[in-house]
Amino acid sequence: MLEVSGLCKTFGGVVATREVSLTVAAGEVHALIGPNGAGKTTLVSQLTGALKPDRGVIRLEGRDVSRYGVDRRARLGMARSFQITSVVDELSVLQNVMLAIQALQGHSYRFWTPVSRDALLTEPAMRALSRIGLDARSGSAAADLSHGERRQLEVTMAMAMAPKLLLLDEPMAGMGREETSRMVAFLGAIKGGPGMLLVEHDMDAVFALADRITVLVDGAVIASGTPAAIRDNEEVRAAYLGDE
Amino acid sequence: MDFRGIGAVKTSANRRVMIASIAALIVAPLVIEWLDEPFYLDLVTRIVILSIAAVSLNLILGYGGMISFGHAAYIGIGAYCVGIPAYYAEYGAFTHLSLTILTCTAFAFVTGFVCLRTRGVYFIMITLAFAQMVFFAMVSIEEYGGDDGLVIDLRSEFPAWLDFESPMQLYYACVGVLVLSLWVVHRLVNSRFGMVIRGSAGNDARMQSLGFPTFRYRLLCYVVAGVMCGVAGWLLGNFTNFISPEMMNWTRSGELLFMVVLGGAGSLFGPVLGAAAFILIEELLSGLTVYWQLYFGLFLIAVVLFGKGGLDGLVSRLSRRDPVA
Repeated sequence: MLEVSGLCKTFGGVVATREVSLTVAAGEVHALIGPNGAGKTTLVSQLTGALKPDRGVIRLEGRDVSRYGVDRRARLGMARSFQITSVVDELSVLQNVMLAIQALQGHSYRFWTPVSRDALLTEPAMRALSRIGLDARSGSAAADLSHGERRQLEVTMAMAMAPKLLLLDEPMAGMGREETSRMVAFLGAIKGGPGMLLVEHDMDAVFALADRITVLVDGAVIASGTPAAIRDNEEVRAAYLGDE
Repeated sequence: MDFRGIGAVKTSANRRVMIASIAALIVAPLVIEWLDEPFYLDLVTRIVILSIAAVSLNLILGYGGMISFGHAAYIGIGAYCVGIPAYYAEYGAFTHLSLTILTCTAFAFVTGFVCLRTRGVYFIMITLAFAQMVFFAMVSIEEYGGDDGLVIDLRSEFPAWLDFESPMQLYYACVGVLVLSLWVVHRLVNSRFGMVIRGSAGNDARMQSLGFPTFRYRLLCYVVAGVMCGVAGWLLGNFTNFISPEMMNWTRSGELLFMVVLGGAGSLFGPVLGAAAFILIEELLSGLTVYWQLYFGLFLIAVVLFGKGGLDGLVSRLSRRDPVA
């Protein structure tokens, strides 16, 4: 599904990504963990195309997408949730999801029909919202949602794109206990669909969801393996898990 | 100040104000004729023409988040597309109008291609720079009057059914174009295309992550607004019988921006209210005192500070306070 090999990125003198190679298989949840400043978000940004890597190759379903822009990679099935929730605040919750569905249905050079009366957009959008439990808030402005609801909205939009690969950058960040467990349940329920690269600090969530875990420290992969192997890895304990 | 105003909730009062205003524009010439004050027809014609320009600016500014400080360039281009052919004794309305549309499309496409790679203050400065280039180009071309401008001896000629030499017919043509512009903007911003534009104004990174090549959509929107404003310029050239670079000076672009903000950016009819208020207050104050610009400036500051959502926002706030509405 996703194959990354030899990815490197430096900002001035700072090495943010050091020869990173990893894969995400179809239907797999691959967690990416590491201390703050390890370069996790920088890595995700290179995968989506928001940042250009200095070296290395990114393949999506065997196709080299290293030079493609953000929008083109998205059309090939790469969906992302941001570390800082990124939805269109000025539009309603429903309109946000409708945009994701609209993106899926091909070009938007349609100038005359109002989207509010377009059942091809409103119906799938409402279905997606009720699946995550946000249907009651469909008419609210996205800006008026609580932090957790905005997270849910963002993940709903990513899922509405029917992605092949879902890049989730700390989807549980800043969430309360109950919201976190709802998000974990939701991600557990969609598991097996798109391949997922999950960047997360919440270790309970990571160990509950992940099939494989990669540990990133100072931009480099120090360990990669099954959750059990990572839990027992001395180097990982020293660098990261030991803190807890 | 939030230029986008996308979240502005519309009430039925806003729609009633729009319908009442358009009805007032339609009956205005009859009242003016009855009062026997032909100057007022000039005033309303000017309001209607600048309303079209403001509505077009609102399409990119209010809905698209593209704060253009060079929109008056299109007024100038439209007006020169009347003036220059007329200088060579070519008066056909079809020629003038198609020249306007072609030139504005080309200018908007080329400048937009560069401008839309920037955001925020850089976008403002670069649109200003392009508009000033056109301004200075027209100042320097002596053949077409340079600084002094050019008098248009005859207005655009239509087949028998329409005569721009009649102030009344010219006025109704302007109202027709205004209503058409409002309708086009209304349909556009609520279509799939419009949702991409509005989404991109709110959060371009998210829109790209959804798979939208937002640059192309924004560029097309920018061209549509430019052409619409060019048509306003075509009408203005016909109305004033005179063209000069002054029509596209940067202060004109600033006035257009203000009309949009005054009326309510991101609301369909707000820019028309803004243009009307701007021109009427300017007219009123300049009749009262020679220092009118001082008071006008204070008024503008007050609107920016306290008038969230502009006049259109005021209408919705007032109507919501009213328990009956």
